[in-house]
Amino acid sequence: MTATTIEGHDSHHHGHPAGFTRWLVTTNHKDIGTMYLIFAFVMLLTGGAMILMVRAELFMPGLQVVKPELFNQLITLHGLIMVFGAAMPAATGLANWMLPMVIGAPDMALPRLNNWSFWILPPAAVLLVIPFILGLAGVGTGGADTGWTMYAPLSIQAGWGMDFTIFAVHMLGMSSILASINVIVTIVNMRAPGMTMWKMPLFAWGFLLTAILLIFIMPVLAGGVTMMLMDRHFGTHFFNAAGGGDPVLWQHIFWFMGHPEVYVLLLPIAGVVPHIISCFSRKDTFGYKAQVWSMIAIAGLSIIVWAHHMFTSGMSTGGQLYFMYSTMLISLPLAVLFYCWISTFWRGSISLETPMLFALGFVVFFGWGGLTGLVLADAAADAQYHNAYFLVAHFHYALYPTPVMGAMAAAVYYWLPKWTGHMYNESLGKLHFWLVAIGFNLTFIPQFMLGLAGMPRRIPDYALQFSDLNMLSSIGAFILGASHLVFLLVVVQAARGGKKAESRAWEGAQGLEWTVPSPAPYHTFDEQPQFGATTR
Amino acid sequence: MNRLRRPATAGFAALAACLSAQAFGGWTLPEAVTPVAEDTAHVHNLFMLIASTLFFVVLALVLYSVFTHRKSKGYKAATFTGPKGGKQVFFTLAPFAGLLFIDYVIFGIPAYHAVLAYEDTKTNADMVVKVTGSQWKWQYEYPADNVKFVSVLTTPQEQIHNQQPKGENYLLEVDNAVVLPVGKKIRFITTSTDVIHSWWVPAFGVKRDAIPGFLREFWATIEKPGIYRGQCAELCGKDHGFMPVVVKAVPEEEFRKWIDEQKAVQVAAAESAGKEWTKDELMAHGKEVYEKTCAACHKPDGSGMPPAFPALAGSKIATGPYVDSDGHLVKDGHLDRVLNGKTGTAMQAFRETLSDADIASVVTYERNSFGNKTGDAVQPAVVKKMR
Ligand code: HEM
Ligand SMILES: [Cu+2]
Repeated sequence: MTATTIEGHDSHHHGHPAGFTRWLVTTNHKDIGTMYLIFAFVMLLTGGAMILMVRAELFMPGLQVVKPELFNQLITLHGLIMVFGAAMPAATGLANWMLPMVIGAPDMALPRLNNWSFWILPPAAVLLVIPFILGLAGVGTGGADTGWTMYAPLSIQAGWGMDFTIFAVHMLGMSSILASINVIVTIVNMRAPGMTMWKMPLFAWGFLLTAILLIFIMPVLAGGVTMMLMDRHFGTHFFNAAGGGDPVLWQHIFWFMGHPEVYVLLLPIAGVVPHIISCFSRKDTFGYKAQVWSMIAIAGLSIIVWAHHMFTSGMSTGGQLYFMYSTMLISLPLAVLFYCWISTFWRGSISLETPMLFALGFVVFFGWGGLTGLVLADAAADAQYHNAYFLVAHFHYALYPTPVMGAMAAAVYYWLPKWTGHMYNESLGKLHFWLVAIGFNLTFIPQFMLGLAGMPRRIPDYALQFSDLNMLSSIGAFILGASHLVFLLVVVQAARGGKKAESRAWEGAQGLEWTVPSPAPYHTFDEQPQFGATTR
Repeated sequence: MNRLRRPATAGFAALAACLSAQAFGGWTLPEAVTPVAEDTAHVHNLFMLIASTLFFVVLALVLYSVFTHRKSKGYKAATFTGPKGGKQVFFTLAPFAGLLFIDYVIFGIPAYHAVLAYEDTKTNADMVVKVTGSQWKWQYEYPADNVKFVSVLTTPQEQIHNQQPKGENYLLEVDNAVVLPVGKKIRFITTSTDVIHSWWVPAFGVKRDAIPGFLREFWATIEKPGIYRGQCAELCGKDHGFMPVVVKAVPEEEFRKWIDEQKAVQVAAAESAGKEWTKDELMAHGKEVYEKTCAACHKPDGSGMPPAFPALAGSKIATGPYVDSDGHLVKDGHLDRVLNGKTGTAMQAFRETLSDADIASVVTYERNSFGNKTGDAVQPAVVKKMR
């Protein structure tokens, strides 16, 4: 019933601008969500293309494809682009699209701010890559080449690509803080009547905690890069021991942001996955409260364990023990989440549509990422893993399943019928999943073994004993790269047509978003929906 | 679905090859030759066992559920959403307790002891070795014997650029290996002259960053003679991948003999710095030093890679004055630059890593090569005075 009133209403709404200006000035959460998602996907392809150049170089020992200088720029930009350009915007895009719909709000609370927080991103991305492109053309010193961790003093002596990066980080940080404010205000003020905090969907909880975390950590990074800028150009010595500073201070600042950042990428997905699993096992989510408390615990713990990235930098014995034991503590709430996810589909009535495949794939692969984190926490053993390929493999088991398989695949497939009004091509979707499953593991399993065999990360050339595994890893990476093109094809097809989707596109789907027609009308809830006990 | 089965099978075959890839090195660490590495290997193997058991048990549960509780088989969904009754409470608490036990007992207690052992650098240390990282070489120092030397990669550029077949120890070979006695507790002290590096030999199981302006410590007692190889493990600029570590562990007597030889070499070097060198001698030695130390950035023909690494050919600094009329060092002159480096750039201070004779000859060489024709012959004695 709401649907008809809305559609009738929509056509005589104050005429919104069309064409390019529609997107430029839009304050509609769906438009902005779409733009975020497209931006994230373009960045994923960009960062992916960069790392494929790296993997091509590492296909065989010897230098073939890129010079070492360029190699360092490629890994740096890959890291920065994937984290700040692809993973975070993908999550924000989902939040924009779905948050108002799952809590029964007509739009985000601060629509104008919403527009701004998106439009800060593309210029920031341009700033990030422009020195790299100029460098390729022979102008300037190229992009930042310090690794995404930008460790001082290497970042102090880097070329002017670093200054661009600093500025880009400022803008990216600003954008995510604005988006976070919006998420928090929306959740706090705009829930449908009857939806208390403890009845709010897990989706909303995930984003609420993420937003709070971001507001905690991004200003710290902004402060850090400002200090770096001062060191580079204004004669200060924050990170220069010769001037009384401390290079390790940078690492503390960076990881105070960098570690929680991992959970910034995880928590939104931890909120999305239960919806998908419960939908395709036709069973209510298991342990709702346990999941919420676990997410709160994870968010809280994530900001007190940062120095486990710095065991080899040297630290007091007490410091090492503290960071080791507190890090281990995080495995407990994480285990509760896994337990709840598995119990949710246990004895359900399961069907394996593409979103479900990706959600289960996320659970399994991320599980291995989490387990390997356990041994990395051991401060003494860490010497063998740190800055070796073992670590690269570990964090990709955490970072690839989360934003890419979780946000960009599982969630997109799940809600695509709602967004486009069409069902996507199921066989192509499944092909996408299997390419990811094979490509991903083939890329990163060899990297675990490379690390154990003693291969450091961030090296453009390696000793002969590492040859075979590197070749396997590169083949895997190319398969994984190809999988993203299949995904693009599926989404474009669904956007352009296909079988009509019903308003409740999935038999087992629950939640307010499924009560409106597919595609969801431009303004979702002009009449406030009532949240009843049955709709969760 | 059938169309998808084939790529999936091929992929799983490749994965299986990976998982059972003993041939490629497998899932264990390299052979451990120090107490810390043995500890670590023990923890690692135990961990792999527990983690993979957990992983595969849970994976089996997931697969079991996904295949049996199937809608297409008409399986009706249960309705529980939380623990009710004793059985469910047990199933909820058991994993929690299990993990607590694994974290804090199985791993936590050995980890506690391992950290204390790792940190104990001072008790019963038999000797000290100071390791200084620079872009892109290691300098080793034996303070008790007053011996120090620099160690750099010896793999030829032709091998790196695939113009020659690669040797057995490709990228893991150096001109001067560190020689260390077996069975002695060696206290390592690391620092750096420019950016952060990290000294890593996997067989030793220890790794501590080399941080400019700070000292960091670790220790190793090498239990077996042999040659051990490793690499720098912290991104330190363009040649980060070309900074190997080679350690030769030998019996005590052999080590003492080696130290005595090194001392003699160093005494001879100090003496030759006192004498007057001919220009030809300076040029010949300068060329060697240049190719080893400077060419990586400034290129063998002095053309550099501007703007990060300026050209020396025709450079104002390399052809300008280096001492003024009063005999003082010219600030930002050629000699000053080589001795003291330029802060904020990759140009490091060579005063600690090169001898007087090295610096005098390389400066002479740079001033009379690549088309530079100053005609200067810089004497080691001058360098000594300017330090
Ligand atoms: C498309 C699949 C991907 C492949 C094949 C891939 C591959 C790689 C490789 C080989 C490296 C190591 C470079 C080195 O240290 O030598 C790397 C580094 C990194 N990757 Fe990925 N990656 C992928 C996706 C992602 C995603 C989705 C994220 C994050 C959301 C990510 C984040 C990072 C980060 C932070 C680094 C460290 C960069 C640095 O060393 O500064 N990657 N990646
Ligand atoms: Cu280094």
